[in-house]
Amino acid sequence: MEQALVELWPILLYFAFTLVLLGGVMLVSTILGPRTRGHSTHLPYESGILPLGNARVKFANHFFLYAIFFVIFDLETLFLFAWAISFEQVGVTGFIEALVFILILLIALVYLWRIGALNIRKRHLPEQN
Amino acid sequence: MPTLDLVLMIAAMVAILVPTAAMLVWFERRLLGFFQQRYGPNRVGYFGILQSLADLIKILFKHDWIPPFADRPVFVLAPLIGALAVLMSFAVVPMSPNLMVSDSNIGLLFFLAMTSMAVYSVVLAGWASNNKYALLGGMRAAAQTISYEVFMGVSLLGVVILSGSFKLSDIVLAQQNMWYVIPQFLGFVIFMIAGIAESHRLPFDLPEAETELTAGFHTEYSGIKFALFFLGEYLGMMLISMMITTVFLGGWLGPWLPPIVWFLLKTLSLICFFVLLRAALPRPRFDQLLELGWKWILPLALLNLVATAFVKLWGDF
Repeated sequence: MEQALVELWPILLYFAFTLVLLGGVMLVSTILGPRTRGHSTHLPYESGILPLGNARVKFANHFFLYAIFFVIFDLETLFLFAWAISFEQVGVTGFIEALVFILILLIALVYLWRIGALNIRKRHLPEQN
Repeated sequence: MPTLDLVLMIAAMVAILVPTAAMLVWFERRLLGFFQQRYGPNRVGYFGILQSLADLIKILFKHDWIPPFADRPVFVLAPLIGALAVLMSFAVVPMSPNLMVSDSNIGLLFFLAMTSMAVYSVVLAGWASNNKYALLGGMRAAAQTISYEVFMGVSLLGVVILSGSFKLSDIVLAQQNMWYVIPQFLGFVIFMIAGIAESHRLPFDLPEAETELTAGFHTEYSGIKFALFFLGEYLGMMLISMMITTVFLGGWLGPWLPPIVWFLLKTLSLICFFVLLRAALPRPRFDQLLELGWKWILPLALLNLVATAFVKLWGDF
Protein backbone atom coordinates (compact mmCIF):
# COMPACT_ATOMS: atom_id res chain seq x y z
CA MET A 1 0.00 0.00 0.00
CA GLU A 2 2.77 2.38 1.00
CA GLN A 3 4.70 1.46 -2.15
CA ALA A 4 1.63 2.02 -4.31
CA LEU A 5 1.16 5.50 -2.85
CA VAL A 6 4.80 6.41 -3.48
CA GLU A 7 4.35 5.45 -7.12
CA LEU A 8 0.94 7.05 -7.52
CA TRP A 9 1.53 10.49 -6.05
CA PRO A 10 3.90 11.74 -8.73
CA ILE A 11 1.65 10.44 -11.49
CA LEU A 12 -1.38 12.24 -10.07
CA LEU A 13 0.63 15.41 -9.67
CA TYR A 14 1.92 15.08 -13.21
CA PHE A 15 -1.64 14.60 -14.43
CA ALA A 16 -2.75 17.76 -12.62
CA PHE A 17 0.11 19.80 -14.13
CA THR A 18 -0.54 18.61 -17.68
CA LEU A 19 -4.26 19.23 -17.29
CA VAL A 20 -3.61 22.77 -16.07
CA LEU A 21 -1.17 23.46 -18.89
CA LEU A 22 -3.36 22.14 -21.72
CA GLY A 23 -6.59 23.55 -20.27
CA GLY A 24 -4.83 26.87 -19.71
CA VAL A 25 -3.62 27.07 -23.29
CA MET A 26 -7.12 26.35 -24.60
CA LEU A 27 -8.60 28.97 -22.29
CA VAL A 28 -6.04 31.61 -23.29
CA SER A 29 -6.81 31.01 -26.94
CA THR A 30 -10.56 31.34 -26.29
CA ILE A 31 -9.98 34.70 -24.62
CA LEU A 32 -7.44 36.06 -27.10
CA GLY A 33 -9.02 34.85 -30.32
CA PRO A 34 -11.34 37.07 -32.38
CA ARG A 35 -14.91 36.13 -33.27
CA THR A 36 -15.34 35.96 -37.01
CA ARG A 37 -18.38 35.00 -39.01
CA GLY A 38 -18.33 34.46 -42.77
CA HIS A 39 -21.24 33.52 -44.99
CA SER A 40 -20.42 29.80 -44.92
CA THR A 41 -18.78 29.32 -41.51
CA HIS A 42 -21.81 27.39 -40.35
CA LEU A 43 -21.45 24.69 -43.03
CA PRO A 44 -19.46 21.47 -42.59
CA TYR A 45 -16.38 21.38 -44.81
CA GLU A 46 -16.90 19.06 -47.74
CA SER A 47 -14.26 20.22 -50.21
CA GLY A 48 -16.44 22.99 -51.59
CA ILE A 49 -19.56 20.93 -52.26
CA LEU A 50 -22.70 21.95 -50.40
CA PRO A 51 -23.34 19.27 -47.76
CA LEU A 52 -26.35 17.02 -48.28
CA GLY A 53 -27.80 16.08 -44.92
CA ASN A 54 -25.56 15.78 -41.87
CA ALA A 55 -23.05 13.16 -40.82
CA ARG A 56 -25.44 11.38 -38.45
CA VAL A 57 -26.12 8.83 -41.16
CA LYS A 58 -26.55 5.08 -41.04
CA PHE A 59 -22.99 4.08 -41.55
CA ALA A 60 -22.17 0.63 -42.93
CA ASN A 61 -19.40 0.02 -40.50
CA HIS A 62 -16.80 -2.08 -42.27
CA PHE A 63 -14.70 -2.06 -39.17
CA PHE A 64 -17.21 -3.48 -36.72
CA LEU A 65 -15.86 -7.01 -37.15
CA TYR A 66 -12.36 -5.76 -36.41
CA ALA A 67 -13.62 -4.32 -33.15
CA ILE A 68 -15.03 -7.73 -32.23
CA PHE A 69 -11.75 -9.45 -33.12
CA PHE A 70 -9.92 -6.87 -31.06
CA VAL A 71 -12.02 -7.70 -28.01
CA ILE A 72 -11.37 -11.42 -28.50
CA PHE A 73 -7.63 -11.26 -29.17
CA ASP A 74 -6.73 -8.44 -26.80
CA LEU A 75 -8.50 -10.21 -23.98
CA GLU A 76 -6.55 -13.36 -24.76
CA THR A 77 -3.23 -11.53 -24.83
CA LEU A 78 -4.04 -10.27 -21.33
CA PHE A 79 -3.60 -13.85 -20.07
CA LEU A 80 -0.25 -13.94 -21.83
CA PHE A 81 0.84 -10.88 -19.83
CA ALA A 82 0.13 -12.76 -16.62
CA TRP A 83 2.12 -15.72 -17.91
CA ALA A 84 5.09 -13.60 -19.06
CA ILE A 85 5.53 -11.86 -15.72
CA SER A 86 5.39 -15.11 -13.74
CA PHE A 87 7.54 -16.94 -16.29
CA GLU A 88 10.26 -18.02 -13.83
CA GLN A 89 7.77 -19.36 -11.29
CA VAL A 90 5.59 -21.43 -13.63
CA GLY A 91 8.48 -22.96 -15.61
CA VAL A 92 7.98 -25.75 -18.15
CA THR A 93 4.38 -26.50 -17.13
CA GLY A 94 3.43 -22.91 -17.69
CA PHE A 95 5.23 -22.87 -21.01
CA ILE A 96 3.34 -25.91 -22.29
CA GLU A 97 0.03 -24.46 -21.14
CA ALA A 98 0.79 -21.12 -22.77
CA LEU A 99 1.80 -22.99 -25.93
CA VAL A 100 -1.58 -24.75 -26.05
CA PHE A 101 -3.29 -21.42 -25.43
CA ILE A 102 -1.36 -19.65 -28.22
CA LEU A 103 -2.06 -22.58 -30.57
CA ILE A 104 -5.80 -22.21 -29.99
CA LEU A 105 -5.41 -18.49 -30.64
CA LEU A 106 -3.60 -19.15 -33.91
CA ILE A 107 -6.18 -21.73 -34.99
CA ALA A 108 -8.91 -19.14 -34.38
CA LEU A 109 -6.95 -16.64 -36.45
CA VAL A 110 -6.45 -19.10 -39.32
CA TYR A 111 -10.18 -19.91 -39.19
CA LEU A 112 -11.07 -16.21 -39.44
CA TRP A 113 -8.61 -15.84 -42.29
CA ARG A 114 -10.04 -18.84 -44.16
CA ILE A 115 -13.67 -17.68 -43.95
CA GLY A 116 -12.53 -14.31 -45.29
CA ALA A 117 -13.49 -12.30 -42.21
CA LEU A 118 -10.19 -10.40 -42.28
CA ASN A 119 -10.68 -9.39 -45.88
CA ILE A 120 -12.45 -6.04 -46.29
CA ARG A 121 -12.45 -6.06 -50.07
CA LYS A 122 -13.95 -9.50 -50.38
CA ARG A 123 -16.77 -8.68 -48.01
CA HIS A 124 -17.69 -5.22 -49.17
CA LEU A 125 -16.95 -4.81 -52.83
CA PRO A 126 -19.35 -6.20 -55.43
CA GLU A 127 -18.36 -9.56 -56.94
CA GLN A 128 -16.02 -9.29 -59.91
CA ASN A 129 -17.23 -11.30 -62.86
CA MET B 1 3.78 12.89 0.14
CA PRO B 2 5.88 14.25 -2.71
CA THR B 3 8.88 16.34 -1.77
CA LEU B 4 9.59 19.78 -3.16
CA ASP B 5 12.33 18.38 -5.42
CA LEU B 6 9.89 15.96 -6.96
CA VAL B 7 7.26 18.65 -7.48
CA LEU B 8 9.83 20.87 -9.20
CA MET B 9 11.05 18.04 -11.38
CA ILE B 10 7.53 17.16 -12.47
CA ALA B 11 6.78 20.80 -13.25
CA ALA B 12 10.01 21.06 -15.24
CA MET B 13 9.18 17.87 -17.10
CA VAL B 14 5.78 19.19 -18.18
CA ALA B 15 7.30 22.56 -19.05
CA ILE B 16 10.02 20.97 -21.20
CA LEU B 17 8.06 18.20 -22.95
CA VAL B 18 5.49 20.38 -24.69
CA PRO B 19 7.94 22.94 -26.16
CA THR B 20 10.21 20.07 -27.22
CA ALA B 21 7.36 18.55 -29.20
CA ALA B 22 6.77 21.97 -30.79
CA MET B 23 10.48 22.19 -31.68
CA LEU B 24 10.16 18.76 -33.21
CA VAL B 25 7.67 20.17 -35.72
CA TRP B 26 10.35 22.60 -36.91
CA PHE B 27 13.01 19.91 -36.79
CA GLU B 28 10.95 17.56 -38.92
CA ARG B 29 10.15 20.24 -41.51
CA ARG B 30 13.82 21.18 -41.70
CA LEU B 31 14.92 17.57 -42.05
CA LEU B 32 12.24 16.85 -44.66
CA GLY B 33 13.48 19.86 -46.57
CA PHE B 34 16.99 18.47 -46.38
CA PHE B 35 15.85 15.06 -47.69
CA GLN B 36 13.97 16.74 -50.54
CA GLN B 37 16.78 19.16 -51.46
CA ARG B 38 15.08 22.36 -50.33
CA TYR B 39 15.56 24.61 -47.32
CA GLY B 40 12.46 24.18 -45.19
CA PRO B 41 11.54 26.92 -42.69
CA ASN B 42 14.69 29.03 -42.21
CA ARG B 43 13.49 32.61 -41.69
CA VAL B 44 12.50 33.01 -38.04
CA GLY B 45 15.60 33.10 -35.82
CA TYR B 46 18.83 31.22 -36.57
CA PHE B 47 18.11 28.34 -38.97
CA GLY B 48 14.40 29.05 -38.47
CA ILE B 49 14.63 27.73 -34.92
CA LEU B 50 11.87 30.03 -33.66
CA GLN B 51 9.38 28.92 -36.32
CA SER B 52 7.32 26.87 -33.86
CA LEU B 53 7.14 29.78 -31.43
CA ALA B 54 5.88 32.04 -34.21
CA ASP B 55 3.29 29.43 -35.18
CA LEU B 56 2.15 29.11 -31.58
CA ILE B 57 1.71 32.86 -31.15
CA LYS B 58 -0.23 33.06 -34.37
CA ILE B 59 -2.45 30.13 -33.45
CA LEU B 60 -3.21 31.57 -30.01
CA PHE B 61 -4.73 34.63 -31.68
CA LYS B 62 -6.97 32.62 -34.00
CA HIS B 63 -10.71 32.26 -33.63
CA ASP B 64 -11.30 29.33 -31.26
CA TRP B 65 -14.13 28.10 -33.40
CA ILE B 66 -16.63 25.45 -32.41
CA PRO B 67 -18.87 24.55 -35.36
CA PRO B 68 -22.56 25.18 -34.61
CA PHE B 69 -23.45 21.76 -36.02
CA ALA B 70 -20.97 19.91 -33.76
CA ASP B 71 -21.51 18.30 -30.39
CA ARG B 72 -19.93 21.05 -28.26
CA PRO B 73 -18.65 19.33 -25.08
CA VAL B 74 -17.30 16.29 -26.92
CA PHE B 75 -15.78 18.50 -29.62
CA VAL B 76 -13.84 20.45 -26.99
CA LEU B 77 -12.85 17.40 -24.93
CA ALA B 78 -11.51 15.27 -27.78
CA PRO B 79 -8.21 17.14 -28.45
CA LEU B 80 -7.66 17.50 -24.71
CA ILE B 81 -8.01 13.73 -24.20
CA GLY B 82 -5.63 13.07 -27.08
CA ALA B 83 -2.83 15.29 -25.83
CA LEU B 84 -3.35 14.24 -22.20
CA ALA B 85 -3.24 10.52 -22.96
CA VAL B 86 0.08 10.84 -24.77
CA LEU B 87 1.58 13.17 -22.18
CA MET B 88 0.59 10.82 -19.35
CA SER B 89 2.65 7.99 -20.85
CA PHE B 90 5.80 10.06 -20.38
CA ALA B 91 5.29 9.74 -16.61
CA VAL B 92 6.83 6.26 -16.55
CA VAL B 93 9.65 6.70 -19.09
CA PRO B 94 13.00 6.53 -17.29
CA MET B 95 15.20 9.16 -18.96
CA SER B 96 18.11 8.61 -16.58
CA PRO B 97 18.46 6.76 -13.26
CA ASN B 98 16.99 9.73 -11.39
CA LEU B 99 15.04 11.65 -13.98
CA MET B 100 11.62 10.03 -14.12
CA VAL B 101 8.27 11.02 -12.74
CA SER B 102 7.38 7.64 -11.32
CA ASP B 103 9.39 4.44 -11.36
CA SER B 104 6.26 2.36 -11.32
CA ASN B 105 6.19 -1.42 -10.89
CA ILE B 106 3.75 -1.62 -13.76
CA GLY B 107 5.39 1.00 -15.98
CA LEU B 108 5.06 -1.07 -19.15
CA LEU B 109 1.36 -1.74 -18.54
CA PHE B 110 0.79 1.93 -17.73
CA PHE B 111 2.37 2.89 -21.05
CA LEU B 112 0.18 0.43 -22.98
CA ALA B 113 -2.94 1.58 -21.14
CA MET B 114 -2.30 5.25 -21.81
CA THR B 115 -1.50 4.78 -25.50
CA SER B 116 -4.76 2.92 -25.96
CA MET B 117 -6.62 5.85 -24.39
CA ALA B 118 -5.55 7.96 -27.35
CA VAL B 119 -8.03 6.15 -29.60
CA TYR B 120 -10.90 7.83 -27.74
CA SER B 121 -9.69 11.21 -28.83
CA VAL B 122 -9.80 10.42 -32.56
CA VAL B 123 -13.10 8.55 -32.43
CA LEU B 124 -14.79 11.24 -30.36
CA ALA B 125 -13.35 13.99 -32.57
CA GLY B 126 -14.52 12.20 -35.70
CA TRP B 127 -18.01 11.70 -34.33
CA ALA B 128 -18.48 15.07 -32.62
CA SER B 129 -17.44 17.05 -35.71
CA ASN B 130 -20.61 15.95 -37.51
CA ASN B 131 -18.68 16.01 -40.78
CA LYS B 132 -18.52 13.08 -43.17
CA TYR B 133 -14.78 13.22 -43.72
CA ALA B 134 -14.25 13.38 -39.98
CA LEU B 135 -16.57 10.42 -39.40
CA LEU B 136 -14.70 8.28 -41.94
CA GLY B 137 -11.35 9.35 -40.53
CA GLY B 138 -12.43 8.57 -36.99
CA MET B 139 -13.67 5.12 -37.95
CA ARG B 140 -10.46 4.36 -39.79
CA ALA B 141 -8.41 5.56 -36.86
CA ALA B 142 -10.37 3.31 -34.52
CA ALA B 143 -9.91 0.24 -36.71
CA GLN B 144 -6.22 0.94 -37.26
CA THR B 145 -5.41 1.67 -33.65
CA ILE B 146 -7.18 -1.33 -32.18
CA SER B 147 -5.76 -3.66 -34.82
CA TYR B 148 -2.20 -2.62 -34.11
CA GLU B 149 -2.70 -2.49 -30.38
CA VAL B 150 -3.24 -6.24 -30.14
CA PHE B 151 0.34 -7.11 -31.04
CA MET B 152 1.96 -3.97 -29.62
CA GLY B 153 1.57 -5.60 -26.21
CA VAL B 154 2.58 -9.05 -27.48
CA SER B 155 5.78 -7.70 -29.06
CA LEU B 156 6.89 -6.39 -25.66
CA LEU B 157 6.18 -9.68 -23.89
CA GLY B 158 9.44 -11.20 -25.13
CA VAL B 159 11.30 -8.47 -23.28
CA VAL B 160 9.17 -9.03 -20.19
CA ILE B 161 10.09 -12.73 -20.24
CA LEU B 162 13.81 -11.97 -20.60
CA SER B 163 13.93 -9.29 -17.92
CA GLY B 164 11.20 -10.69 -15.64
CA SER B 165 9.74 -7.28 -14.85
CA PHE B 166 7.21 -4.70 -15.97
CA LYS B 167 9.31 -1.99 -14.32
CA LEU B 168 11.00 0.05 -17.03
CA SER B 169 14.12 0.88 -15.01
CA ASP B 170 14.59 -2.85 -14.32
CA ILE B 171 14.27 -3.53 -18.04
CA VAL B 172 16.97 -0.95 -18.78
CA LEU B 173 19.29 -2.37 -16.12
CA ALA B 174 18.76 -5.91 -17.43
CA GLN B 175 20.31 -4.79 -20.74
CA GLN B 176 23.76 -4.11 -19.31
CA ASN B 177 25.33 -7.05 -21.15
CA MET B 178 23.34 -6.98 -24.32
CA TRP B 179 20.69 -4.63 -25.68
CA TYR B 180 17.39 -6.41 -26.24
CA VAL B 181 17.39 -5.33 -29.89
CA ILE B 182 19.67 -8.32 -30.61
CA PRO B 183 17.82 -11.24 -28.99
CA GLN B 184 14.44 -9.55 -29.59
CA PHE B 185 15.01 -8.17 -33.08
CA LEU B 186 11.62 -9.37 -34.33
CA GLY B 187 9.91 -7.85 -31.30
CA PHE B 188 11.79 -4.60 -31.98
CA VAL B 189 10.61 -4.39 -35.58
CA ILE B 190 7.03 -5.31 -34.67
CA PHE B 191 6.91 -2.79 -31.85
CA MET B 192 8.24 -0.09 -34.13
CA ILE B 193 5.61 -0.80 -36.80
CA ALA B 194 2.87 -0.88 -34.16
CA GLY B 195 4.19 2.36 -32.68
CA ILE B 196 4.12 4.15 -36.02
CA ALA B 197 0.57 2.93 -36.62
CA GLU B 198 -0.55 3.93 -33.13
CA SER B 199 0.77 7.46 -33.43
CA HIS B 200 -0.63 7.79 -36.99
CA ARG B 201 2.72 8.68 -38.46
CA LEU B 202 3.46 8.28 -42.12
CA PRO B 203 3.39 5.81 -43.83
CA PHE B 204 0.48 4.73 -41.62
CA ASP B 205 -1.34 8.06 -41.40
CA LEU B 206 -4.45 6.78 -43.18
CA PRO B 207 -6.93 8.25 -40.67
CA GLU B 208 -5.84 11.69 -41.89
CA ALA B 209 -4.76 10.87 -45.43
CA GLU B 210 -4.97 14.24 -47.22
CA THR B 211 -5.52 12.81 -50.66
CA GLU B 212 -8.72 11.00 -49.75
CA LEU B 213 -10.08 12.43 -46.50
CA THR B 214 -8.77 16.04 -46.52
CA ALA B 215 -7.72 15.97 -42.87
CA GLY B 216 -9.63 12.98 -41.51
CA PHE B 217 -10.86 13.22 -37.95
CA HIS B 218 -9.65 16.81 -37.45
CA THR B 219 -11.17 18.28 -40.62
CA GLU B 220 -13.40 20.64 -38.62
CA TYR B 221 -10.76 21.58 -36.07
CA SER B 222 -8.88 24.84 -36.24
CA GLY B 223 -6.87 27.13 -34.00
CA ILE B 224 -5.58 25.83 -30.71
CA LYS B 225 -7.62 22.62 -30.79
CA PHE B 226 -6.00 21.65 -34.06
CA ALA B 227 -2.65 22.53 -32.51
CA LEU B 228 -3.36 20.13 -29.65
CA PHE B 229 -3.98 17.28 -32.10
CA PHE B 230 -0.79 18.21 -33.91
CA LEU B 231 1.11 18.37 -30.65
CA GLY B 232 -0.30 14.99 -29.66
CA GLU B 233 1.01 13.46 -32.87
CA TYR B 234 4.53 14.78 -32.35
CA LEU B 235 4.48 13.86 -28.67
CA GLY B 236 3.42 10.40 -29.82
CA MET B 237 6.44 10.15 -32.09
CA MET B 238 8.70 11.24 -29.22
CA LEU B 239 7.07 8.75 -26.89
CA ILE B 240 7.48 5.83 -29.27
CA SER B 241 11.14 6.74 -29.84
CA MET B 242 11.71 6.95 -26.08
CA MET B 243 9.98 3.63 -25.47
CA ILE B 244 12.01 1.87 -28.18
CA THR B 245 15.15 3.36 -26.63
CA THR B 246 14.15 2.21 -23.16
CA VAL B 247 12.96 -1.25 -23.99
CA PHE B 248 15.21 -2.31 -26.86
CA LEU B 249 18.22 0.02 -27.07
CA GLY B 250 19.44 -0.01 -23.49
CA GLY B 251 17.83 3.26 -22.37
CA TRP B 252 20.33 5.50 -20.62
CA LEU B 253 23.13 2.89 -20.68
CA GLY B 254 26.32 3.76 -22.53
CA PRO B 255 29.98 4.51 -21.87
CA TRP B 256 31.68 7.89 -21.07
CA LEU B 257 28.79 10.29 -21.58
CA PRO B 258 26.22 11.01 -18.85
CA PRO B 259 23.11 8.77 -18.93
CA ILE B 260 20.67 11.47 -20.01
CA VAL B 261 22.85 12.35 -23.03
CA TRP B 262 22.86 8.73 -24.17
CA PHE B 263 19.12 8.53 -23.75
CA LEU B 264 18.49 11.70 -25.75
CA LEU B 265 20.99 10.72 -28.47
CA LYS B 266 19.29 7.37 -29.03
CA THR B 267 15.86 8.99 -29.01
CA LEU B 268 16.95 11.66 -31.48
CA SER B 269 18.38 9.16 -33.93
CA LEU B 270 15.11 7.20 -33.83
CA ILE B 271 13.17 10.40 -34.47
CA CYS B 272 15.39 11.10 -37.48
CA PHE B 273 14.60 7.59 -38.69
CA PHE B 274 10.86 8.28 -38.37
CA VAL B 275 11.26 11.46 -40.42
CA LEU B 276 13.22 9.53 -43.03
CA LEU B 277 10.37 7.00 -43.20
CA ARG B 278 7.98 9.86 -43.87
CA ALA B 279 10.18 11.18 -46.65
CA ALA B 280 10.83 7.80 -48.23
CA LEU B 281 7.71 5.63 -48.08
CA PRO B 282 4.30 5.88 -49.75
CA ARG B 283 1.09 5.06 -47.88
CA PRO B 284 -0.43 1.59 -48.22
CA ARG B 285 -4.11 1.16 -48.98
CA PHE B 286 -6.27 0.84 -45.89
CA ASP B 287 -7.29 -2.78 -46.39
CA GLN B 288 -3.63 -3.67 -47.01
CA LEU B 289 -2.73 -2.04 -43.71
CA LEU B 290 -5.32 -3.99 -41.72
CA GLU B 291 -4.57 -7.27 -43.47
CA LEU B 292 -0.83 -6.88 -42.88
CA GLY B 293 -1.52 -6.41 -39.19
CA TRP B 294 -3.91 -9.29 -38.66
CA LYS B 295 -2.57 -11.88 -41.09
CA TRP B 296 1.18 -11.47 -40.75
CA ILE B 297 2.32 -9.39 -37.83
CA LEU B 298 0.02 -10.85 -35.16
CA PRO B 299 1.10 -14.48 -35.81
CA LEU B 300 4.73 -13.34 -36.06
CA ALA B 301 4.48 -11.58 -32.70
CA LEU B 302 3.02 -14.71 -31.10
CA LEU B 303 5.75 -16.88 -32.68
CA ASN B 304 8.38 -14.47 -31.37
CA LEU B 305 6.91 -14.84 -27.90
CA VAL B 306 6.93 -18.64 -28.05
CA ALA B 307 10.48 -18.73 -29.43
CA THR B 308 11.71 -16.38 -26.72
CA ALA B 309 10.12 -18.51 -24.00
CA PHE B 310 11.59 -21.66 -25.54
CA VAL B 311 15.11 -20.24 -25.70
CA LYS B 312 14.83 -18.82 -22.18
CA LEU B 313 13.85 -22.25 -20.83
CA TRP B 314 16.23 -24.47 -22.80
CA GLY B 315 18.75 -22.23 -24.54
CA ASP B 316 21.70 -20.49 -22.92
CA PHE B 317 21.49 -16.77 -23.25
